[in-house]
Amino acid sequence: MAAVGNSVPRKDGIGKATGHAVYADDIVMPGMLHGRTIRSTIPHGRIRSVNVVGDVPGLIVVDHHDIPGRNVVDLIEQDQPFLVERDVRHLAEPILLLAHEDREVVDAVRVEIEYEELEPLFDPERSEGILKSIDIVKGDVEAALADADFIVEGTYRTGHQEHVYIEPNVVVAMPEEDGIAVFGSVQCPFYVLKALKSLLGASAHIRVVQTETGGGFGGKEEYPSMIAGHATLLALKSGRPVKILYDRGEDMIATTKRHPSIVRHRTGVMRDGRIVAMDVDVLLDGGAYSTLSPVVLSRGCIHAAGAYRCDNTRIRGRAVATNTPPNGAFRGFGAPQTEFAVEVHIERIAEELAMDPVSLRELNALRPGDTTATGQVMGTDCSAHMVLEEAVRRTEFRAKREQYRGTNRSIGLALFFHGAGFTGSGERHLNSKARIDLTERGVRIAVGSTEIGQGTRTMHAQIVADALAIPYEDVEVAQPDTTLVADSGPTVASRTCMVVGKILEQCAMEMKDRLGGMSPADYHAKHGGFSVLRKYEPPDWIEWDDHTYRRDAYATYAWGCDVVEIEMDPDTLEVRPVKVTAVQEFGRPIHPALARGQIEGGTAQGLGYALLEHVVMRNGGMANAQLTNYIIPTTLDTPEFDIVMLENPYAGGPFGAKGLGELPIDGPAPAVVNAIRHFGVDLREIPAIPERLVACASR
Amino acid sequence: MRTAISGLDLRRATSVDDALRMLADEARTPIAGATDFYVALNFGTLAPRRFVDIWGIDDLRGIDVRHDVLVMGALTTYTDIIRSPLVAERLPMLIDAARQIGGPQIQNRGTIAGNVANGSPAADAVPVFAAADAVVVLRSIRQERRVPITQFYTAYRTSVMRADELIVAVEVPRVDGKQWFRKVGTRAAQAISKIVAAGVRGASPKFALGSVAPTVVRAYATERALASGTPIEQAALTLTREIAPIDDVRSTADYRGQVAQRLLRRFWSETN
Amino acid sequence: MRFTLNGVATNVDAHPMSRLLDVVREECQLTGTKEGCGEGECGACTVLVDGDPVCSCLVPLAQVEGAEVVTIEGLGDDHPLQHAFMNEVGAQCGICTPGMIMAALSLEPDASIDDIKVALSGNLCRCTGYSAIYRAIMKARQP
Repeated sequence: MAAVGNSVPRKDGIGKATGHAVYADDIVMPGMLHGRTIRSTIPHGRIRSVNVVGDVPGLIVVDHHDIPGRNVVDLIEQDQPFLVERDVRHLAEPILLLAHEDREVVDAVRVEIEYEELEPLFDPERSEGILKSIDIVKGDVEAALADADFIVEGTYRTGHQEHVYIEPNVVVAMPEEDGIAVFGSVQCPFYVLKALKSLLGASAHIRVVQTETGGGFGGKEEYPSMIAGHATLLALKSGRPVKILYDRGEDMIATTKRHPSIVRHRTGVMRDGRIVAMDVDVLLDGGAYSTLSPVVLSRGCIHAAGAYRCDNTRIRGRAVATNTPPNGAFRGFGAPQTEFAVEVHIERIAEELAMDPVSLRELNALRPGDTTATGQVMGTDCSAHMVLEEAVRRTEFRAKREQYRGTNRSIGLALFFHGAGFTGSGERHLNSKARIDLTERGVRIAVGSTEIGQGTRTMHAQIVADALAIPYEDVEVAQPDTTLVADSGPTVASRTCMVVGKILEQCAMEMKDRLGGMSPADYHAKHGGFSVLRKYEPPDWIEWDDHTYRRDAYATYAWGCDVVEIEMDPDTLEVRPVKVTAVQEFGRPIHPALARGQIEGGTAQGLGYALLEHVVMRNGGMANAQLTNYIIPTTLDTPEFDIVMLENPYAGGPFGAKGLGELPIDGPAPAVVNAIRHFGVDLREIPAIPERLVACASR
Repeated sequence: MRTAISGLDLRRATSVDDALRMLADEARTPIAGATDFYVALNFGTLAPRRFVDIWGIDDLRGIDVRHDVLVMGALTTYTDIIRSPLVAERLPMLIDAARQIGGPQIQNRGTIAGNVANGSPAADAVPVFAAADAVVVLRSIRQERRVPITQFYTAYRTSVMRADELIVAVEVPRVDGKQWFRKVGTRAAQAISKIVAAGVRGASPKFALGSVAPTVVRAYATERALASGTPIEQAALTLTREIAPIDDVRSTADYRGQVAQRLLRRFWSETN
Repeated sequence: MRFTLNGVATNVDAHPMSRLLDVVREECQLTGTKEGCGEGECGACTVLVDGDPVCSCLVPLAQVEGAEVVTIEGLGDDHPLQHAFMNEVGAQCGICTPGMIMAALSLEPDASIDDIKVALSGNLCRCTGYSAIYRAIMKARQP
């Protein structure tokens, strides 16, 4: 039986259900010390002095002088230090590291830090620290705006979002012969490796191993490099293994969040509803350091015109620095912010024209042959109309919208898309590799792509099993260890199935040729094992200009249309989602139950983003850094889902698959806000907390 | 930073008298289901260092009716309340409140005495007790006294309870009228209240609110207005003078102020 | 301190205010019980004490003296809920899964979907949106 297309048992399912799966905090090593990070208590200033109070026997203390290599977390830019030397740029910035074998002892150590405080900047609109700017230009926007029948303008805002992986960050570093081994809850072990090489010097022997990871959602993409660096410094200084475990409060205060955004739209529309000009300004609050802001901005801008055709488009984006902890990767990576703005804006255009919001979208949604804002020509893998029509039909959207008028119920819709894989030439630069090994038991997959819950191991094994025509059970998946597996690139950007899966498919096909009809076991018995290593070859038709942002931004896109039904309490203005219909096209599901889980989970996370998840910032830090006060959906906050997976296979993906992981989080927020708008509340901001609705309603 | 457990001192009481003796000997904080204790410990905000564990005192458990008064032992958990036919019959609004406190795990451990003693203005059971004229039974080695819940708190997280006293029970006289409860939390389950209200529509209406002032508010002036036939809109304005909501990480003064009035109107229309 | 852990008489020498969670994970080396928040919000540390689900991050060791404590390891490796969580993809990242399963044990066999939601309302999952967990629990009771 084919594995692909069937919901085979997860490779990691039973270990997780029995409690046997080993997460990083489950690791205990002889002589292990507990690390603690001393952080800044001001958002901006200079350090005058640092003083560890008292003499604590057995205490290991590390500061920036202990760094043998470079004091920068090597990512895109090299601006963020592992440990502050003098200048503090945000609250909770790491300054000093402590370790002791007794966690209570290390927790009790007092460290006095004297600062010279400087004026902090928290308002991104006032920031002159440009981390990245992007201009996308197509046609002549000003001329088209001048000729338009109407111009609709609007400003849309989104707040921070905290990942709330249920397992907080944890890393264990252990001195090994000639080097260091790091075990951690990480999405991208090779990112950690790169950062540690910079920290220790290129000649250091470093091994990074991903342990079972209790959720990531982007939150364990770049920040674990920082923690791994800290644990490594403590381990090298003490000569003993060191565990750094963040409690929930530290995890929320110190680590990255989704970038807050302010997006302005100015759109030229003709009387019949045709959109003729889109002028979009995107502002992202990057926080104190660059981290991944340039690429988050890039993806945000490319998705900022939405799933619509428009001949005259200008998208100007900036990511700016403020004195808050750096914002970073979070599922969707800029697109949820800009697609929120454009989808609420489209709704407002329909309101201004007194036009049915579905008809307006039908008139303007991308079709094969149309071009996107970057000038990419849509192929037959463009499914905007397919998902829109199915969602509208299935939910009886128009009839319900009429039926609910004047009641405490409402219904809203959003049409969205998500580019799969790295942007533009990113995959070409990344040059990912994958390897499979023939073993006596079958085949082993050896890639750096991580299982963080989404089903990497299972889905990769399905692809390899079917490409080799061997049973799924005969494929095993190696634990990512940077000394043992191929660098298949980071586990991000909805690329693990479509891109890494594709290389694995090609590896398997090559192995199949070499087996010459023999089973892996027979071949191994006769000739011994061998490995196949291949590199990713992006489709040769992809053209991309990194400077002008023209042409083929992504190899393909996945498409979605969400319809959300809500109820609003007339007195408290609490909004409760009642039902979400999510119609999504992502090529072809490799594992239908896993794919469904991605859509359900991403949609729930998107509903939290829309309605509940409010990061309250005070003096540049998260004031509600507890799960009691930062609210994610419980069972009782999560509605019934109707999940529809439409197929439109993409020839460049394994078995027709596109990327899926991020798509589902793009739609819920605008769909919810568009439903709220039908109550007559002019809301343009998330989270749509009742406090905001009361303020809107009384305006 | 988490408080060091090794620096804490716990004595375990086997009976009420045993606990009272320990409290008389030195300053100790009673702990019951420990649900608030560990939260404070975890955030490093735990002030006391000496404790007496009363969880094992079975005399403090049980729900009973004596002389037409509902008597709930100090260690009555929310799960006990939810399952109690006596509470269902006499104080159903307390069941509504109990169901919305934490998840099942918290309901299995959290107690009414803990909810009262912790003194959070957002405590969900307390407005119910206030609207029902409940009485807190305090006992020390020297005496037992009964304090109406409406006179129990003196300021934010401060009460008339003395250091040597233990809450042994909460008593609720027969409630005359239709009971009403509404919690406005941050989400549908395990939420801390942004505002919480309980009311009784009887010969003399009663209305109490949590999370709108440093302590629970029994809205006496509003009640008098309602009792004398004042239109509800007018009474709602009276209510705004009886509360002092603030901005915090969970909500805003403005929202709490507006919603308090709307909840009063809702109470009045739904119990009509 | 004596109590029964997964049916085995256990004696632990630890501070009476130690969190049951730490005792189970560190002293007894049963790491299937997870810590997500330490504040009783996420339910990842759910265990049964005398049959009732509780957050083990909020229970002092002293209060389980003489009690029956059951953790995920107490279910063995062949419990219908474990198989159902695997087969229905009720576990994604898996960190909430042991706590979810322990909370689900208290459900009556005829529990409705609304009963399931209430029983699991003290357990946060960030991956699944909960639906697959309901499907797993429904499936587990089919013969």
